[in-house]
Amino acid sequence: MKRRKFDMAAVPGKTAAGLDDRFQAATPLRRLLNKVFPDHWSFLLGEIALFSFIVLLLTGVFLTFFFEPAMTEVVYNGSYAPLRGTPMSAAYASSLDISFDVRGGLIMRQMHHWAALLFMAAIVVHMLRVFFTGAFRKPRETNWIIGSLLFWVGFLAGFTGYSLPDDGLSGTGLRIASAIMLSIPVIGSWVTSSIFGGEFPGTIIISRFFIAHVLLIPGLLVALISVHLGLVFKQKHTQWPGPGRTNGNVVGERMFPRYALKQGGFFMVVFGVIALMGGLFQINPIWLFGPYEAWVVSAASQPDWYVMFLDGSTRLMPAWEIPIPIGDGYVIPPLFWPTVVLPGILVALSTLYPFLEARHLKDYRSHNLLQRPRDVPARTAVGAMAVAFYVVLTLSGANDVIADKFQISLNAMTWAGRIGLLVLPPLAYYVTYRLCLGLQQHDREVLAHGVETGIIRRLPDGRFVEVHQPLSAAQGHDGEAHGELEYAGWVVPKKMNRLGALGPAIRGFFYPIEKPAEAPVSPGHPPVEARPEREEIGSGERRG
Amino acid sequence: MTSDNDRRRGLLARLRGRPVARSRGRRRLGAAVRLLAALMLAGGAYTVFAPGVQAQDNPPLTGAAAEGKALFDVSCVTCHGRNAQGVEGRGPSLIGVGAASVEFQVGTGRMPMARQEAQAQRKPELFTDEQTRQLAQYIQELGGGPVVPEGANLHEDGNIAAGGELFRINCSQCHAFGGGGGALSSGKYAPSLRPATDRQIYAAMLSGPQNMPVFGDNQITPEQKADIIAYIQQTLKHDQDPGGFNLGRYGPSTEGLAIFLVGIVALVFTSLWIAGKS
Repeated sequence: MKRRKFDMAAVPGKTAAGLDDRFQAATPLRRLLNKVFPDHWSFLLGEIALFSFIVLLLTGVFLTFFFEPAMTEVVYNGSYAPLRGTPMSAAYASSLDISFDVRGGLIMRQMHHWAALLFMAAIVVHMLRVFFTGAFRKPRETNWIIGSLLFWVGFLAGFTGYSLPDDGLSGTGLRIASAIMLSIPVIGSWVTSSIFGGEFPGTIIISRFFIAHVLLIPGLLVALISVHLGLVFKQKHTQWPGPGRTNGNVVGERMFPRYALKQGGFFMVVFGVIALMGGLFQINPIWLFGPYEAWVVSAASQPDWYVMFLDGSTRLMPAWEIPIPIGDGYVIPPLFWPTVVLPGILVALSTLYPFLEARHLKDYRSHNLLQRPRDVPARTAVGAMAVAFYVVLTLSGANDVIADKFQISLNAMTWAGRIGLLVLPPLAYYVTYRLCLGLQQHDREVLAHGVETGIIRRLPDGRFVEVHQPLSAAQGHDGEAHGELEYAGWVVPKKMNRLGALGPAIRGFFYPIEKPAEAPVSPGHPPVEARPEREEIGSGERRG
Repeated sequence: MTSDNDRRRGLLARLRGRPVARSRGRRRLGAAVRLLAALMLAGGAYTVFAPGVQAQDNPPLTGAAAEGKALFDVSCVTCHGRNAQGVEGRGPSLIGVGAASVEFQVGTGRMPMARQEAQAQRKPELFTDEQTRQLAQYIQELGGGPVVPEGANLHEDGNIAAGGELFRINCSQCHAFGGGGGALSSGKYAPSLRPATDRQIYAAMLSGPQNMPVFGDNQITPEQKADIIAYIQQTLKHDQDPGGFNLGRYGPSTEGLAIFLVGIVALVFTSLWIAGKS
């Protein structure tokens, strides 16, 4: 039989043609692959959250193979000697087995936990970027709301996951959660007993949290993330103002190949960072905490960092009970305000912010261009205020650790937190506002008078003046009669090398990736060979 | 007080200066003298035979305790007062605290205190082991109290698992799961257990130093104390931290710090790097 010649080079094309014949995928795929994304480092922060979510799914699936979500009492007989013979729940015993007896189990557990912390941290950092650049404005309010929901759903995912091992520390957290639910007026006791299946801790809570943690919450997260990304596709990514960039276009790189390759590489780096942390830093050593018993508690019992602000608000809240003389008497416990009312206010304020700002500024247009934080001082200052509020609460959540390790009185820490919570946010607002105005003023100054050259000129009458390099050729050098250039909402060059008057800045991250450019040489002057140690910087002649 | 002094003076007068007193007495009222003499006799007899006075004047100190008293009178007397009775507002009475307390407080350098503050800190010891033993002997003989059993290794027969459970029930509230210590109110704190020896942990449980409650032998039996010490010494101090660097075992607060300082910083730099490559 005659052998037909096999053309290797034609295989991909033929395969693709065959696929397209059947699925008609080429046209939509071309559209997709040609989609343009603007490029800026701050647009990659959300991806950190996305990629750590993928790591969470991968490591989480591994953990479910070995975890037993039951509160049945068993006697531990695994390889961790200090707990052998101790009665404990099956959930805790299987978590110990994952840590000590499952090959690779401990690093998977640690990667899962670090990825969870990173997921929440990246969400917050990404949210700050979106807030401070005004990316939440019309038409992207929905995506902002979905983003805030993602934080709170991630918060629930983290808390349920933190509770699953049923160790001494997480049990303490669960006890606090039950107390928070109990503090809700009228419905509190019903809510608690329906979630715990009776009195705390009951026998069902771990199984319920398990199904919430591995099915319901991740399902919700996947749905929200899909809509979040879908909206970014549909509404297109925002971009910074700049040459050629308008409110009506998107300037950037095509999805394929460069953008996709970059994102693939970034995923690998995120995975690598999580794996490194999981391998190098011990997190949540449940074997030290022991099984949860109602009478076991430890100093320095903290939740994970993203819950710590609630712990802090509880620690700062004065013990104000509100008795209500209805029937046999009713009391609203002080716990209700910092743990139910405060998060409620925070959710409402954060989700409604885009609408509040639009209403306040009477600005109902669509915005696809970002704003530099300095150009919207009020918003930036409000953001700084929120950050200060959150940081004070979070630090107060760890105030016993800080008090102990820095040898400060715990009472002093509590009062510092109470006063700081009221004083620091307004202070942050004021300082940030002034900083924004100062930066704006400097931008305008450079636009009006030019860049500082570092050249000091002595005038005939003995005065010294610094020569400024104007940004536009039309301006004179006399220091008078400068027409102001219009501010374009983007970086104003403030160094001579940005103007080409000096050699361009050498690019590269850790080491130069290109040779320093040759100095521009005026005709008539030979190129300078060896540079003297100190030299005058003459504009357009030599390079400093 | 006055009548007591009278009695005492009367006794001396009776023993040494009776002829003088009698001659003066005869010149004055005889009946008053006879009454006074009877009172003197009764008071004098009481003074001679009362047991407390004799013990105070002649404490039967052993050699070590006498050495200890000498040290006490130089280094401790300022705050704890003569005969360790305590000084109002400066230092408590040491009657009945026992050798265990001295062994803990002096053996860990907490006593003598550098200054009056919320709580005495552990610092390099001022006294040698021998001197500490002498001080302990002195306080023990002065007022009695709990004593740490002999031997440097008190956890030989301890059961680590049982000790762990007892530790989590009784100790971790203040000293934390990892034994690193924790804050108490108003600048007080539970110290780290890392530098503590077997005898010091035992002495602390027996004597309840600073803000620590006393865990007497009727609350935690000596066997259970051995279990707890075994858990602290063999598990908490020798845990290999299988997960890597333990971040100080401060719990989620340092983990939160690490995710920002290491994770977020590394990845923000990565995103700067990636975005710079266009």
